[in-house]
Amino acid sequence: MASNTAVSAPSGTQPGSGGRAAARAVSVLRSGRRLLGIAPFTVYVVAGLFLPTVAVAVGAFQNSDNGNFTLSNVRTATHGIYLEGFRQSVELSLLAAIIPGILGLLIAYAIYTARHASVLRRVAITASGVFANFGGVPLAFLFIASLGTTGIVTGWLKDLGFDIYAGHFSLFTFTGVLLAYMYFQIPLMVLVILPALEGLRPAWREAAHNMGAGTWQYWRYVGGPVLAPAFLGCLLLLFGSSFAAYATADAMTAGALALTPIQIGQFLNGNVIAGQQNVGKALGLGMVIIIAAVMIVYVLLQRRAARWLQ
Amino acid sequence: MAAVIDTGQAGRATAPPGPAGRPRRRPPVWRWVILVLAGIYFLIPLYAALRFAGFKAFPDVLHQAGFTGALTLSLRLALITTVLTLVLMVPTVIYVHLRLPRLRRLLEAITILPIVIPPIVLIVGVLQVAPGTLKSSPNLLGLEYVVLAMPFAYRSIDAGLRALDLKTLVEASNSLGAGWLATLWRVVLPNLGTAMLSATVLTVALVLGEFTMASLDLYQTFPVWIVNFEQSSGPVSVAASLLALFVTWIFLMVIATLGGRRAGSQASMFSAVRRDTRAGGRGPLAR
Repeated sequence: MASNTAVSAPSGTQPGSGGRAAARAVSVLRSGRRLLGIAPFTVYVVAGLFLPTVAVAVGAFQNSDNGNFTLSNVRTATHGIYLEGFRQSVELSLLAAIIPGILGLLIAYAIYTARHASVLRRVAITASGVFANFGGVPLAFLFIASLGTTGIVTGWLKDLGFDIYAGHFSLFTFTGVLLAYMYFQIPLMVLVILPALEGLRPAWREAAHNMGAGTWQYWRYVGGPVLAPAFLGCLLLLFGSSFAAYATADAMTAGALALTPIQIGQFLNGNVIAGQQNVGKALGLGMVIIIAAVMIVYVLLQRRAARWLQ
Repeated sequence: MAAVIDTGQAGRATAPPGPAGRPRRRPPVWRWVILVLAGIYFLIPLYAALRFAGFKAFPDVLHQAGFTGALTLSLRLALITTVLTLVLMVPTVIYVHLRLPRLRRLLEAITILPIVIPPIVLIVGVLQVAPGTLKSSPNLLGLEYVVLAMPFAYRSIDAGLRALDLKTLVEASNSLGAGWLATLWRVVLPNLGTAMLSATVLTVALVLGEFTMASLDLYQTFPVWIVNFEQSSGPVSVAASLLALFVTWIFLMVIATLGGRRAGSQASMFSAVRRDTRAGGRGPLAR
């Protein structure tokens, strides 16, 4: 191959560039051989990640009976109950990002200011690590045991005169799922925002004070703007985390709540109208597009935050 | 008043890099209010679950039908996934560090992809493209868990390599006459012990908690068993959930201790846990 290119190259080009072309061919070949080292990894990623994803993307545009190109899956996936699923998923994820984001920021700030109390700090950070990694089925059971119809907290509130199930509340609805998601979203926020808080340099605050700024002015003109990109980035991470969540909502609502991941799960479980099998793939493609858009914004914001916090 | 100012100054004198002036101005009451409220929010469901399950349910978990089978399957998958992950990722990351440093960003981007593509979507595609022999075996789950574990495995190993002066180590070893394999096996790997352990722990925690793919692939791993079992006995199911939480807890403590033993500083004590969660955590996969 290399000699082939080297010989044929001069005939077509000017004399001086022949050696260069040969050198380029050799270097391409050499780097090609060097790339062999990552061949196993590449093969694995292609087979285990790219092919399935491409299959989902292609299937989204295929008629499930004969494999012909069609837009009907996408049309179905963006209408009616499935559109409602996307809407509720996005709404749930937005709320499950913003509310825990603010609460997590407050808790992180409390931990951050407790620098001298190292025991408190350590306990709080370890606990955040545990709870942020907690989710799915066990979490659903924890909430059913406390706020379900016969839950313990429900009983306490009833004793105090508040029958939460007398009104519209139910743990097995949008509100209940949101409440449960907060259980892992708040600690996740604490973990991801703490490094940003720690990046706020004391010197900035001292400088602001020396120039006569009060606490409010410091946060309005110095701390806030510096923290903002990181804060927004963390919110987007929380959004992605709850958007992809499946097990918690599935276990809590037994699939009754219209959320996109749960709907995809129903397609896999075979609870579908004949001829609509590929709608699940269109829903999957939609999820990937939404999360990818969110991640791109996240990367851009992180880059900006990194520049500030260097 | 004087006492307040005194303690404030003493506090600052002993900890110069602390947040300047904040403790001096505001009493820390609000901080305690926030932390206590947060503590209540996080502890009440745990307490409720303990009360609901009752202590008697914990030993019962071990005697339930299907418990052993589910746990064995989960442990087997954990073993397959961990071995494959290490065999695949450790040489690749080392190789890229040494020979293809320009591809490091690309590798980082590729390994973050399993977080962008939700497991629920991935399993849809996997069930379509996987060959029949694989589809009828739970080992398919193990193969896919390797993909799910990539973000954490890559980040652990990458961080471990960054902490080493890899180039000097390898050059020294080569100049002493060691070949590539000997260098890898006897010089680089022993120095990566902590990173590999941390990758292992994260992978095992991921496999033991993963529900989405396992339930849709219709295999009774431990988390799937907990849910299916709920119908027959609520308290035992809740007890099993609490056990799962404690196992996660122990795993994360192990990581924290491993991270701490290396650097010894408080900041790095939790760096492994934090690195994990910053990359999205095991959580999104378990959820």
